[in-house]
Amino acid sequence: MKYEKLTTDLLIIGGGTAGCQAAITVRESSDIKILICEKAHIKRSGCLAAGVNALNAYITEGHTPKDYVEYARKDADGIVRDDLLYSMSERLNKVTKQLEDMGLVILKDENGKYVARGNRNIKINGENIKPLLAAAVEKLPDVTVLNRVNVIDISVTDNKINGAFAIGIENDTFYTIEAKAVMIATGGAAGLYRPNNPGFSRHKMWYPPFNTGAGYAMGIKHGAEMTSLEMRFIALRCKDTIAPTGTLAQGAGAKQINSLGEVYETKYGLTTSERVYGTVNENLEGRGPCYLKTEGISPEKEKSLINAYLNMAPSQTVKWIESGKKISEQNVEIEGTEPYIVGGHTACGFWVDTDRATTISGLFAAGDVAGGCPQKYVTGALAEGEIAALSALRYISENAPTPIPEAEIKAHITETESFLGEDKSVYSTEQLEEAMQTAMDAYAGGIKTNYRFNEKQLDIADMKIRRIEKLSDSLHADDFQELMYIYELRERLTVCRSVIAHLKARHETRWHCFAENLDYPEKDDKNWRKYVNSRLENGEIKIILRELTEEGQRVYEHSHK
Amino acid sequence: MSIAINKRKCIGCGKCRNVCPGTLIKLDVSGKAYIKYPKDCWGCTSCIKECPVYAISFFLGADMGGNGSMVHTEKRDGLLRWVIESPDGKVTNIDIDPKESNKY
Repeated sequence: MKYEKLTTDLLIIGGGTAGCQAAITVRESSDIKILICEKAHIKRSGCLAAGVNALNAYITEGHTPKDYVEYARKDADGIVRDDLLYSMSERLNKVTKQLEDMGLVILKDENGKYVARGNRNIKINGENIKPLLAAAVEKLPDVTVLNRVNVIDISVTDNKINGAFAIGIENDTFYTIEAKAVMIATGGAAGLYRPNNPGFSRHKMWYPPFNTGAGYAMGIKHGAEMTSLEMRFIALRCKDTIAPTGTLAQGAGAKQINSLGEVYETKYGLTTSERVYGTVNENLEGRGPCYLKTEGISPEKEKSLINAYLNMAPSQTVKWIESGKKISEQNVEIEGTEPYIVGGHTACGFWVDTDRATTISGLFAAGDVAGGCPQKYVTGALAEGEIAALSALRYISENAPTPIPEAEIKAHITETESFLGEDKSVYSTEQLEEAMQTAMDAYAGGIKTNYRFNEKQLDIADMKIRRIEKLSDSLHADDFQELMYIYELRERLTVCRSVIAHLKARHETRWHCFAENLDYPEKDDKNWRKYVNSRLENGEIKIILRELTEEGQRVYEHSHK
Repeated sequence: MSIAINKRKCIGCGKCRNVCPGTLIKLDVSGKAYIKYPKDCWGCTSCIKECPVYAISFFLGADMGGNGSMVHTEKRDGLLRWVIESPDGKVTNIDIDPKESNKY
């Protein structure tokens, strides 16, 4: 093992959508040192690797940011932060223009105006969206990007950030990184629950399987306040390929039908969770499988859909071609995915103030790790990257850096050495990952129980996760990649425990499937129009219930400031 | 889904290894690329688009209903061509113009 100590002004953990935009934003006005640690390679890392074919968060003509805020608030049934949604919404069109200037192809009409898909979406060719963003970062002067460097922990003393620790997956290096401010943009968490295809295709999932919830876990361990982790996200997807359904539903107008051919979506409602719930329920009541009705669509639409899917989820196009039938001759079967924790779609994540400062001084969050602000999609993550970057810049100008204590460095090195040392473990990391996913699936509302759970089941889930956490102490890694796998598993386990605590804390069912508590199957507006927040104190998760901020409120500050 | 790398075609440039978001591709002792963790592939097709000699294909796993077709991309005259070869030898080519937006 090699050892390296680095010093920077701003450390950005994760070179995905938000992280790239943060670096671009800082460089527009400042020459401070920037270091991006990326566990993969920024050219194709994070959610955008395969591409996207629409920008789902855009203020189209005739609409205002207020409309977007109201849409997001409705979709989350009130549990959102207006200050965060407003500050994001107001930047959506500006960051879109920036993407276009980078070279992103956006569909325009004869007058040169973007063509809208519905009220909030515009159509693009986003196959190369991540390479464009990465190229923009690579052009910036004096921004260091460390690819294949995985941050395993942050360093915090007296609730103030000192920097972080990382491992070089391909150069066997242990990094100690001192930073004046840290921005966490690691994405959300996949792989907590047993996936749709648990065998060979286990990673054929909606969300990047490499997003392990590292950011949440680091925050949780150091006592950062988290919010709404019970608002899980379950995507409605094309069966088997787990490809997006929005392009068929919103784009091509395909309706959700059951096996009797009845359109059922109107029966349950059209919010994200209601679309999943309807599908689950139709199956439970014997009217499955469910489909998106593509039978009878026009040849022109058909060709466009074949191309659209190649630009974002090519396996669906291959599925159509392998079937030997045209899209217009068969419907597309749909199903819900396993639950994810992802703050770009629901309101879960770090509890941040309007400036995207977490409750840890000097630690900022943006994109899927930042809570309170759902329906971000790509442009919202870019917007938050900007906001967090500007806040970090201000923080750096006002606060002196603090060193990482030597004892802490030693403890982290000892830990990595113990994983790399003699192999005494009965279990492999993979086995424990499966054990975790099986426990979450059966006892914390996975696919197996149609996303439903009760308190007794959650208690069992918690007990099992704690046991697996303990077993993970003695795991063994043969190389640095396996070492990363151990840390990833442990991150997921940390997130699992907090998710379980949050699911248990909300005594109502506000969102079907996302948090379907069988002990409290009804929505309870009288008592539960509240944020469920949490903080780790002395190893135990403390639940904090907070009153909702006002509708239209533009600023929220942490009370400790 | 996952990928297969044709060792005969691979020139060992390492571009696929560099881009893989899961760090799943390695070079063997002879300098040729191979996927070390085939079950961990997300199916993003980043590696396929990087390969200058079209040595990488992807396929749908049997557990997700795959029928054995192998798919790769080629860059021709500014177009991205997707080549889908089915086990019975039938080849489907789909050309995508990167300057053209999705319509739906």
